[in-house]
Amino acid sequence: MTSVVTSHEDGHHGPAKGLMRWVLTTNHKDIGTMYLWFSFTMLLIGGAMALIIRAELFEPGMQLIEPEFFNQMTTMHGLIMVFGAIMPAFVGLANWLVPMMVGAPDMALPRMNNLSFWILPFAFGMLILTLFSEAGAPNFGWTFYAPLSTTYAPSSVTFFIFGVHLMGISSIMGAINIIATILNMRAPGMTLMKMPLFVWTWLITAYLLIAVMPVLAGVVTMMLMDIHFGTSFFNAAGGGDPVLFQHVFWFFGHPEVYIMILPAFGIVSQIIPTFARKPLFGYASMVYATASIAFLSFIVWAHHMFTVGLPLATELFFMYATMLIAIPTGVKVFNWVSTMFRGSMTFETPMLFALAFVVLFTIGGFSGLMLAIAPADFQYHDTYFVVAHFHYVLVPGALFAIIAGVYYWIPKWCGNYYNETLGKWHFWLSFIGVNITFFPMHFVGLAGMPRRIPDYALQFADFNAVASVGAFIFGFSQLLFLYIVITTIRGNNKASAEVWEGAEGLEWTLESPAPYHSFSEPPEVK
Amino acid sequence: MISRTGLRLSSVITAMFVSQSAAAEWGLNMPQGVTEVSQSIYDLHMLIFWICVWIGVLVFGVMFYSIYKHRKSKGAEPSKFHESLTLELLWTAIPTLILILMAIPATSTLVKMYDASDAQIDIKITGYQWKWEYDYLGEDVRFFSNLATSKDEIYNKQEKGENYLLEVDREMVIPTGVKVRFLLTAADVIHAWWVPEFAVKKDAIPGYVNEMWVNVPVGKEGIYRGQCAELCGVDHGFMPVVVRAVSQDDYRAWLAEQVAAKAAEAAAALGDFSHEELMTKGAEVYASRCAACHGQNGEGMGTVFPALKDSAVALGDVQKHIDVVLNGTPGTAMQAFAAQLNDVELAAVVTFERNAWGNDTGDTVTPKQIIDARNQ
Ligand code: HEC
Ligand SMILES: [Cu+2]
Repeated sequence: MTSVVTSHEDGHHGPAKGLMRWVLTTNHKDIGTMYLWFSFTMLLIGGAMALIIRAELFEPGMQLIEPEFFNQMTTMHGLIMVFGAIMPAFVGLANWLVPMMVGAPDMALPRMNNLSFWILPFAFGMLILTLFSEAGAPNFGWTFYAPLSTTYAPSSVTFFIFGVHLMGISSIMGAINIIATILNMRAPGMTLMKMPLFVWTWLITAYLLIAVMPVLAGVVTMMLMDIHFGTSFFNAAGGGDPVLFQHVFWFFGHPEVYIMILPAFGIVSQIIPTFARKPLFGYASMVYATASIAFLSFIVWAHHMFTVGLPLATELFFMYATMLIAIPTGVKVFNWVSTMFRGSMTFETPMLFALAFVVLFTIGGFSGLMLAIAPADFQYHDTYFVVAHFHYVLVPGALFAIIAGVYYWIPKWCGNYYNETLGKWHFWLSFIGVNITFFPMHFVGLAGMPRRIPDYALQFADFNAVASVGAFIFGFSQLLFLYIVITTIRGNNKASAEVWEGAEGLEWTLESPAPYHSFSEPPEVK
Repeated sequence: MISRTGLRLSSVITAMFVSQSAAAEWGLNMPQGVTEVSQSIYDLHMLIFWICVWIGVLVFGVMFYSIYKHRKSKGAEPSKFHESLTLELLWTAIPTLILILMAIPATSTLVKMYDASDAQIDIKITGYQWKWEYDYLGEDVRFFSNLATSKDEIYNKQEKGENYLLEVDREMVIPTGVKVRFLLTAADVIHAWWVPEFAVKKDAIPGYVNEMWVNVPVGKEGIYRGQCAELCGVDHGFMPVVVRAVSQDDYRAWLAEQVAAKAAEAAAALGDFSHEELMTKGAEVYASRCAACHGQNGEGMGTVFPALKDSAVALGDVQKHIDVVLNGTPGTAMQAFAAQLNDVELAAVVTFERNAWGNDTGDTVTPKQIIDARNQ
């Protein structure tokens, strides 16, 4: 790095040149960019897997792939999308935005930042390479229930475990960095209750990560012990307990769900006020709602396990606790809608994605509320109804929020506007594609189609064909996104510092593109 | 392939846009089912569904109204209002009340589902990779239930039947008008036994015995179909559940038949079988019971499922071979087939494995050898 330091004369050092810039960088923007590109690559890989799945499910019968490979595809698709696409995208956005939003020059722990990114390509490289091993990739679902993932697993499970450990370490380091930045590097006058909601949601998410990633590490370590060192944590024949696995996994897994959605709430809470030209309706209640959701996320995990045979009192507790989540989530939706009410709205691409988020995420929330009702869950559990539910909260939920965020901030990042017409095309294709894909899944699920099956009974055929068509529309529209992003980076439709007419926040006080080091002097916060 | 796919695509598109009535036949909703419990669950499902719809109409209504009215292109001036304690309290309190209203029927339905007391018949269900075993406790009736759909149907070489993937070789039979309790466990990995029309679904977990029950009302005799609902390995999609509900008289007659058939089978095992007879039968048994893991031609699958062609066991000591098939290999996917197959079938499949695919040992394993091995 010394060469970089000595090469600048004007007091502003720019990036180093060539490949080593990216390998050695400690700059929050470079690292944010790498996280985002990594995440997009994973989105395409995981998406290709989804298309293989949907192609096989286009009609009844086995035609393209074998059941064994199908299971590898569902497993890898889930793992790659959750840990490789959604989570790194949010970390990338945090890297880019948190320092700019709180008025800091960079992240608090820049070297750790570099490490936490560079672990990821190795973790996922290893995971993906198992596809080419003789044993094949992990095939036990992204929830990897024991004993299917221990006693009965292919030998690649050990690489999977190592990969999960690496991702966990990366996430924990990322979270520590974000917390350290937010708590220590705010500009004078930026009190906690003046922070933008994106920063608030990320602060809370970072605490969730630190709380639950070690639990995930714990559960995969127990698997490792069972597989290689003769323990019997999850092996009933040795006195262990397969249900223990699920408790530990979901104690991680449920907060994980909120890790993937809270920052999305933050993004949407930035975008809607801008394009409604009206302040967020209830800032404080949004903060409290986020915190309550985070708290509740620790006491609802067994709603994923309503059919494992829990005692009645346990079922009731988890049902009631889960239903409670609807309240703070409702507060959020009501707040977004009230922000739009009597605003002065325009509908640029980020706003379109944010509006679609509000509607479609809410639909996912409704099916979530239905799933919370334990007696009904005995019918819904492990069917396509669940698949429809979590894809609604993750695709038009988390993913749309990420895309909205990219459109919203990319003029700040690159200094250029994207092509608005193409952006609108991207939105409509995605919106239509996503609904054609996932809405019919509600129907086949209710009608009785289990999830994770490579072939199905004839009465499910029509809706599956429809879903497959939608998946291809949605999948290929994302190539348009890639095209738009590249042309924006290369383009010269220069953006102003404020970028959007109604935008508020420190990041809009910086010139576009934002300087390599965000705020060398702390800005003044009113 | 292309033309079939093309046909399918066009039929789907036509169905989507032309025929409204087709949609009704597509099966959009949860079945009401045939039991009191399934009906309560259905009612609960619809209640919550409509509550969600109305909340949706309200919230999205306001949202679309604003999108329509309060747009800049229509010259809307933004007002600056924000924060309202009254509103915040209202939209916390009203949802809370609605949730309490939902929780009441949900709780009472759940309590009803959990009451498995006073059952008159107990059936133990064990999940295996990839079949179910039904053991009528207190009766001498115990059998396995396997997928009956042929590989040719699955691989599109033969037309698919009406109950494609939802048909078995031997279905579970239960009487109507009687509370039947299921005791559910698994031999290898976790499975889940599910019949949507009964609204009965529960995980079958190794080392656990879960409980659930059904009471099919008199007059609702018929065949009910479902599937394994928990990912359980490569053939998870191929382990259906089929239950035939019959009147109580028919049920008793069926039980007696099963007991008689078993005695007849045992007698047959003492008879003589030619090498050819055993090979023919063995090929059938192999294709339906072993090929899923060991491959159609004994070639094995991946690294987990060994080939039987040229395998040391299939070419080596007969007793060892019989032992593996009878008792399985603990801790692996190789199950004990002692209870799943009868003596003739076992003798046939071992004979077959020792002579098929170029494993030319020339051995003939007789049912009597199996009986001896069982008695050791
Ligand atoms: C669920 C999958 C599965 C099914 C079905 C299955 N097997 Fe196996 N079988 C295995 C596995 C796994 C092994 C290897 C066990 C080990 O690691 O020792 C095995 C091993 C064997 C062996 C010993 C082979 C050797 O070389 O060690 C024989 C013989 C055998 N099986 C016969 C059968 C017969 C006969 C059937 C049908 C009646 C059958 N198997 C059905 C999974 C299966
Ligand atoms: Cu199963």
